[in-house]
Amino acid sequence: MTKKIRILIAKPGLDGHDRGAKYVARALKDAGYEVIYTGIRQTPEAIVRTAIQEDVDFIGLSLLSGAHNELFPKVVKLLKDQEVDDIVVFGGGIIPESDISFLKENGIQAIFTSGTPIKDIINFIQSCK
Amino acid sequence: MSEQSSPELVSQILEGNIRGIAKAISLAENGLATQPKEELIDSLYSHCGNAAIWGITGPSGVGKSTLLDKMLDCLRRDNHKVAVIVVDPSSPFSGGALLGDRLRMQRYSTDEQVFIRSMASRGHLGGIAGATSDAVKIFDTAGYDTIIIETIGIGQSEIEIVKLADVVMLVLVPGLGDEIQALKAGIMEIGDIFIINKSDLDGADRLHSELEYVLNLKRENKPDLEHPLVMTCATNNKGIDELYDRTNRYLTTITQNGILTRKRRNHLEHEIRVIALAKIREKIDFNSRLEAQLDGWINEILLKKASPYKLINQKINGLIKEMKHR
Repeated sequence: MTKKIRILIAKPGLDGHDRGAKYVARALKDAGYEVIYTGIRQTPEAIVRTAIQEDVDFIGLSLLSGAHNELFPKVVKLLKDQEVDDIVVFGGGIIPESDISFLKENGIQAIFTSGTPIKDIINFIQSCK
Repeated sequence: MSEQSSPELVSQILEGNIRGIAKAISLAENGLATQPKEELIDSLYSHCGNAAIWGITGPSGVGKSTLLDKMLDCLRRDNHKVAVIVVDPSSPFSGGALLGDRLRMQRYSTDEQVFIRSMASRGHLGGIAGATSDAVKIFDTAGYDTIIIETIGIGQSEIEIVKLADVVMLVLVPGLGDEIQALKAGIMEIGDIFIINKSDLDGADRLHSELEYVLNLKRENKPDLEHPLVMTCATNNKGIDELYDRTNRYLTTITQNGILTRKRRNHLEHEIRVIALAKIREKIDFNSRLEAQLDGWINEILLKKASPYKLINQKINGLIKEMKHR
């Protein structure tokens, strides 16, 4: 039985810059994963419900507006509320170095800031398998 | 990751548990010929048959997802519980897929009465995925009264949706070709309801009269069935209510005149055929033998020591003999 890895790439919050998210989505497709892309301006509630319906293994959050400390942990919390413990959450975008430890403490397993080679994300996904 | 047993999954599906449904679909997708999957699907049959199954198909970029989003407006207004299966192609090179159809209906992602699931085709030809029909059964069992399947963007012959849906909506747009295209075999034959989307574009009226002509020929062959032709412009909400009404009327008609019963019998026939052929292939396990010997065969044929039909007939006959002695 071969399990395909499914990844939700989502943009919470209000910023409309999705070049990064689309780039990552495409690159992960090329790496052989099934990527669900939901577009911009998603609420944490919509992201979590989508992730559950799609039975994904990972949620990748992209945010450039600065609201990551609010919205990323919210997604993790909603997953916990629903007793979902088998989805790994990672994030990316414009995230200051100083916020990364806070996000990791709040359940975001990895943060990939701009300029990260796509290989790092793939290695991370493979290491979680 | 915890794997649930089939009985546990079945009871979760019957309760309408979202996670259970989602996990069951993954099992159907990943476990193609495994026992847990077969047990799961077998135990769903007795609960199935209550949902109306809509198929929406057409070339890529004609607006299938956007139309589907508008259909959700109508269905939710009438308080239907709706499941949506959107299929996109898998890459033949990486095996990956970018599933972007639900983006257009994401405003329904928090509606408790709507379940949207994206599916990659995973090499299955025909415009849907190998596990799409299983997903339909799972949703049917879970109490969704309307199940809509959006196919991948199709060309001329990806028509498997006709073996699965009660009603097939074929979406076209102006500018795809002249009426000769419409007379050919293939997609024009599978539509129950014909839609000209992007009706604000140049050429929409011409396409309308060309399709009317083709549909009249079709109606002559099957006078007991009307084939509605609807003009829509999904982004402006034009023609949406009409499309919804015509679809409902079509479903009522085929329920009353017995066509639906016949269709579903045909669908079951197709399904049994598919399962039987897959099982035969599995039993012979020809694939692994083929893979192991293929190189040698290629060399023989390449060096003109053998010809393909003769060689392959010989090998298969040998294989059958070997199986008899086992």
